[in-house]
Amino acid sequence: MIRPFGWNEFELILFAVRWTIVLAVMAFVGGGIGGLIVALLRTSDSRVLRVATIAFIRVFQGTPLLMQLFLAYFGMTILGFSVNPLVAAMVALTAHASAYLGEIWRGCIEAVPSGQSEAATALGLRYFNRMRCVVLPQAARIAVPPTVGFLVQLLKETSLASIIGFVELTRQAQIIDSVTFRPFLVFSIVAAIYFAMCWPLSLAARRLERKFAQATAR
Amino acid sequence: MANSSMNGKTDTPRRDVDVAVRMEGVDKWYGTFQALKDITLTVAGGERIVICGPSGSGKSTLIRCINQLEVIQKGRITVDGIELSGRKNIDAIRHEVGMVFQQFNLFPHMTVLQNCMLAPMKVRRASRAEAEATARRYLERVHIPEQAEKYPAQLSGGQQQRVAIARALCMNPKVMLFDEPTSALDPEMVKEVLDTMIDLANEGMTMLVVTHEMNFARSVADRVIFMDRGEIVEMAPPEEFFNNPTHERTRAFLGQIS
Ligand SMILES: Nc1ncnc2c1ncn2[C@@H]1O[C@H](COP(=O)(O)OP(=O)(O)OP(=O)(O)O)[C@@H](O)[C@H]1O
Ligand SMILES: [Mg+2]
Repeated sequence: MIRPFGWNEFELILFAVRWTIVLAVMAFVGGGIGGLIVALLRTSDSRVLRVATIAFIRVFQGTPLLMQLFLAYFGMTILGFSVNPLVAAMVALTAHASAYLGEIWRGCIEAVPSGQSEAATALGLRYFNRMRCVVLPQAARIAVPPTVGFLVQLLKETSLASIIGFVELTRQAQIIDSVTFRPFLVFSIVAAIYFAMCWPLSLAARRLERKFAQATAR
Repeated sequence: MANSSMNGKTDTPRRDVDVAVRMEGVDKWYGTFQALKDITLTVAGGERIVICGPSGSGKSTLIRCINQLEVIQKGRITVDGIELSGRKNIDAIRHEVGMVFQQFNLFPHMTVLQNCMLAPMKVRRASRAEAEATARRYLERVHIPEQAEKYPAQLSGGQQQRVAIARALCMNPKVMLFDEPTSALDPEMVKEVLDTMIDLANEGMTMLVVTHEMNFARSVADRVIFMDRGEIVEMAPPEEFFNNPTHERTRAFLGQIS
């Protein structure tokens, strides 16, 4: 039976956005914290830590997010936890985003001239303050564009979480499409909603970049 | 001046004051390449040492070992009686040793004032007001108090290097290390930086200066060191160093640069 596409259907799609947002926020926050840790370990003086971090990055960059979601989900049952898609999605998205953001931010940290860190060391600053006050603020300036690029991509990739049971934006659209048979209309709406979320991110990034640029070159 | 017959590698401080820096049998390797070979050097408090030598001879490496920007593989280094080993001592030594780099290495995201206040606040735990007062005092001494609110990129090279000197002085160091402080400067700015260093020398600061400014060496140095291939080849007071160097390699080098 074919259902007409009405306000009801539109609302269903719109409300499915909440899962997309929940998943994206989890991935951003988890990946932000994890990514910083990965970037710092990856640039540390300890060879053991560096190698271990490289292994982590290679594994999570070298396998599809879809598989990571699967494995996190079924891995939990094997380990004897009750099946919880939200926790599984959080684990997989955090690990995935940490690997990518970690590698992006490592590049930004390494782009800060070594003389900066040396000058801070010579002044007696220890690792924590050297990073916090000298290296990371400079790395952050160059990190904005690639970071936002990745976050926008990540937001769109959260649709993969439908594989473990989330009826988020894309999945809801597929469901509605299968009963209304209005694919062009349905997916146009979905595309518009994704765009409405990603566009402000890019705008904010550009403003941030401009602000940073002003702060140094006044 | 007890020791007027200094020649060659004599390593006696000219003044009878406490030892500021002592290096004994220091070896430094980068992988399989030996950058420092059996360096022994004693620098008295208040003494001014100029280090020169061809590119790659280990001048930077030598002074960077003193505050452990480079780790040595053999030998001993003490600064102001503190042995350079163990994290506590290394921190303590870095508090006593200021360093000025060829490329200035000012923090570009901070104003001149913030550059000068950072270490006193984070390392010495000075209050903001104290740190600011100290910073302004030293900026005054290097003759750029009016640039305090600017960012490094807005200053000339000479001004930036003077800020770098003020920044190091804000930590109230006992020893200052200079690694080719004027080499990255346009010729017309060299003098203002050298003058600042001469002021510092006149105030009695212990200084180790890597430089090819031989006029500075002549007028300021107590001893001049010539390094080649990781070794101290010659070490003598400037009159002796320039007028009758004992080593062939020194003579060749002096011939090249003059
Ligand atoms: N991080 C490093 N890794 C490997 N080799 C290095 C490193 N730093 C310096 N060296 C080598 O050690 C030697 C001494 O270097 P150093 O920088 O001390 O020379 P320098 O006398 O200061 O020369 P310059 O006048 O060019 O500054 C050089 O041959 C250099 O190639
Ligand atoms: Mg050098």
